[in-house]
Amino acid sequence: MQPESLLPLPSATFHILMAVSNEDRHGYAIIQDVAELTSNAVKLSAGTLYRSIQRMLEQDLLIETESPDPESDDERRRYYRITPFGRKVAQAEAARLSQMVKLAQRSGFAAKA
Amino acid sequence: MRLYSALLHLFPAGFRNEYAGEMKAVFARKQRDAGGLLTVWLWIETLCDILWNAALVHLDVLKQDLRYTVRSLGRSPGFAATAVAVAAVGIGATTAAFAMLDHVILKPLPFADQDRLIELFEDHSAVSHTGQEWDLAPANYRDWKRMNTSFEAMASYRNESVNMLGEGEPLRLVGSAISWDMLPMLGVKPIVGRWFTESEDQAGAAGTAVLSYALWQNRFGGEANVVGRKILLDNEAFTVIGVMPKDFYFPTRVPQIWTPQRFAPSDYVDRNDNYIYGLGKLKPGVSLATARAEMRTIAAQLAHEYPKELAHTSATLKSLRDDIGLQTRLMIEALLGAAACVLLVASMNLANLLLARALERGRELAVRTAIGAGRERIIRQMLTESLVLSLTGGVLGIALAAAALPLMVKLVPVSLPIAEIPPVDVRFLLFALGITTLTGVGFGLVPALRACRAAAADNLREGARSGGGRRETLRSALVLAEIAGSVVLLVCCALLTRALGRVETIDPGFRTAGVLTARMMLPMPKYENVAARDRFYRDVLTKTAALPGVESAAFTSFLPMTNLGGVWPVIIPGQAAQDRSSLRNASLRFVSPGFFRTLGVPLLSGRDVEASDSPTSQFVAVVSDSFVKYYWPNQDPLGRTFNFGNHDRIVVGVAGDVRVRGLERLSEPQVYLPYTQHHDQVAMFYAPKDLAIRASGNLTNLVPALRQIVHEADPAQPISDIRTLADIVDAETLPRRVQAIALASFAFIAFLLAAIGIHGLLSFGVTSRIREIAVRIALGASPRNLAGTILGEAARLAIVGVAIGCLLAYAAAMQMRALLAGVTPNDWFSYSAAGALCLLMAVAGSLIPAVRAIRVDPAIAIRTE
Repeated sequence: MQPESLLPLPSATFHILMAVSNEDRHGYAIIQDVAELTSNAVKLSAGTLYRSIQRMLEQDLLIETESPDPESDDERRRYYRITPFGRKVAQAEAARLSQMVKLAQRSGFAAKA
Repeated sequence: MRLYSALLHLFPAGFRNEYAGEMKAVFARKQRDAGGLLTVWLWIETLCDILWNAALVHLDVLKQDLRYTVRSLGRSPGFAATAVAVAAVGIGATTAAFAMLDHVILKPLPFADQDRLIELFEDHSAVSHTGQEWDLAPANYRDWKRMNTSFEAMASYRNESVNMLGEGEPLRLVGSAISWDMLPMLGVKPIVGRWFTESEDQAGAAGTAVLSYALWQNRFGGEANVVGRKILLDNEAFTVIGVMPKDFYFPTRVPQIWTPQRFAPSDYVDRNDNYIYGLGKLKPGVSLATARAEMRTIAAQLAHEYPKELAHTSATLKSLRDDIGLQTRLMIEALLGAAACVLLVASMNLANLLLARALERGRELAVRTAIGAGRERIIRQMLTESLVLSLTGGVLGIALAAAALPLMVKLVPVSLPIAEIPPVDVRFLLFALGITTLTGVGFGLVPALRACRAAAADNLREGARSGGGRRETLRSALVLAEIAGSVVLLVCCALLTRALGRVETIDPGFRTAGVLTARMMLPMPKYENVAARDRFYRDVLTKTAALPGVESAAFTSFLPMTNLGGVWPVIIPGQAAQDRSSLRNASLRFVSPGFFRTLGVPLLSGRDVEASDSPTSQFVAVVSDSFVKYYWPNQDPLGRTFNFGNHDRIVVGVAGDVRVRGLERLSEPQVYLPYTQHHDQVAMFYAPKDLAIRASGNLTNLVPALRQIVHEADPAQPISDIRTLADIVDAETLPRRVQAIALASFAFIAFLLAAIGIHGLLSFGVTSRIREIAVRIALGASPRNLAGTILGEAARLAIVGVAIGCLLAYAAAMQMRALLAGVTPNDWFSYSAAGALCLLMAVAGSLIPAVRAIRVDPAIAIRTE
């Protein structure tokens, strides 16, 4: 499948991809990370999170992994890791977005960097 | 946390199993982080989150299932087409029948507070077996209106046909003269112009008329400036003052024009001259029973006041909405019952198709189960498939129903103020949607559940036997229901067809073939004198008789079955006290000489009325056989006198009885009087207007010449209702015929479906047991033996199905006994015919499977399995 075929990505999907870009995370960590990265502008709800995750698993953007350190967690957790395909899709979406920003800048709707 | 877990049940089970634990963990963390008032906010947020996302997840699943369904149905287009067609037929039949029932019986009439509109009648049943619902005398109506406290409004009308001049050819219009206060009571307004005012209701007021939408369109080109147009109605000047909306019908479906009902003081004199109809609107909170009791009390008071005229007159009240004959009601209910039967058979058939398909796909389902698709997922997927099939079928079914409705118009009684064709409206569509969903879930659920269980275990085993055991029992039960359903329909259809046949063979008392009829409504006062009418009749009859092929022609007040009233009390000198309770009515018809010959009514003794019977000679009458039997049993009636129509008459002839009121109704005895002995300006209602012509050859060829003859006799005189006498009699049985045809097509469809069902079941049985059959053949089972097993299975199913069906059919027949015209509900012929047909069908359906079983080659079968 071409990464472009999934574009534009739903914003929750994009944010989740960002959150798991560097390390495997469990659900609540993703929510916290997204909130932190967006200065609390985006707060994912549990429903949105897992609905997105379910779809992302089907689309092969994520895979499930075991907890990196089973002893440290009080509950059994599922961790999610970005796939190589997930990375390509994230890149494609980022490219699409920056293209849009350039367009906006050229039309005077956005300040030039 | 327990509440949160409960809320999670809004998600599909698959999603829940996967993520509920995680979501609970997230929620627990959030709960820990929040606190105090924030907890409340967290709950609100969570609730919204779950509702929204659960809906989206369901949508995702639905999309997935739909994609899967389209793919899998695309792989078996034959199955898909069959299933859709079967669903369409079942849903279409039921929806059409419901639309009919809704239109004629259930739906509120298009009038304000229609449930409070009550029809008022005089009750003369004390003296007449047809006297329960008589029209009113104006004086009695006036007193009822003045004295009652139950009604907030009361208005009256009478049927009145008029000849219209001034716009093209002379035209006969069916009209109604209505009191001005009717329309405000009905809560309807004209779309153009205005309705009558109170002052226009008085005798001597200038003539005003309101047009129906159809008349406005057809005769006045729908022009907006029609208001103010002058027209001549029966030679009197009228001004058009308004046009009614397209869907306004009153008092029945037919009126084309409305004029004010104008009463002169003289109209209030005779309390036995009944010719107007009353309609009242109950005050809010007053029941029909209360109003009925009050009106009866008022009638009793009037009877006390006017004992001579009203001693035996009471009051009958009836809700306007309920003014539907028992036969019409039963016919439509039977139709809906039959349609429901078709739907049931169709659903069973679909369930069977799906079950067979599910069993064929057993291995695929087993694989899906093995890779973790939950039971819920599979059921859901299969329900999606059945709903897609039923919805597609439903759309087709709606189209079928909409197309079928115009074919059933004859089942909508003309007497109701509603459109001829039931409209396709929201109620219709909602019903169709409901029945479609029900069908989809109904025929989908059982196979889905069963398939799930089947998928559970052994289907992955190579060469596993599919079908058999409990599943086959279920499929047999479905086929059994199909057979029973079609037997019910076949029996009912047979009973009703036999009833129709019986009604059609009822002797109307005249010969229908070879008679052309037409109506010439002579306008008054132009023709109020017998001399004027005589000129017109003689002119028309002489010239008509000279036309090629014409044997005879005659005029009469009303042809049989065209006017159900027109009765008059008979007074026999010396037979009883002159008290109205002893009087019996007879139907009164003025006729011209040759009437009996023209209609083919046998003249049993004496003579016909003759041209020599003049206003100055002895007043004569021809009476019917039943008249003689009632008044002078075993005596010679010729030469006897009786008082009838305000005159003594001597009997000069006896004619055969005629079914004046229709094939299936009781009729009064008949009295025929020469039209020449009809007093000027009296009882103009009875002035002959119907022409009958007995001729050989093609009757329609006479029509142009007849128009020419009437035009020459009076250029302003329109002709209407040109039809054959056979048409008039056929119209009597038309609703029955339409219903019988509808039922027959339903029965045929159900029969076909049941045949497909039996065939499908048995072929599937052979296919799935092919190894067993092969082994039996290898062990030496004879072809006869094998075929016997399969035929036996079919026969067993058929016999049980027929037995159940016959019992149900008997119950249905008891319900519609009133429709059967004397055919008994246990008419053995109908049952044995239906049963034999079903047995035959079962045997025919099992032939191909049986042949296939015999031809099984054991070597090949055992190897391929």
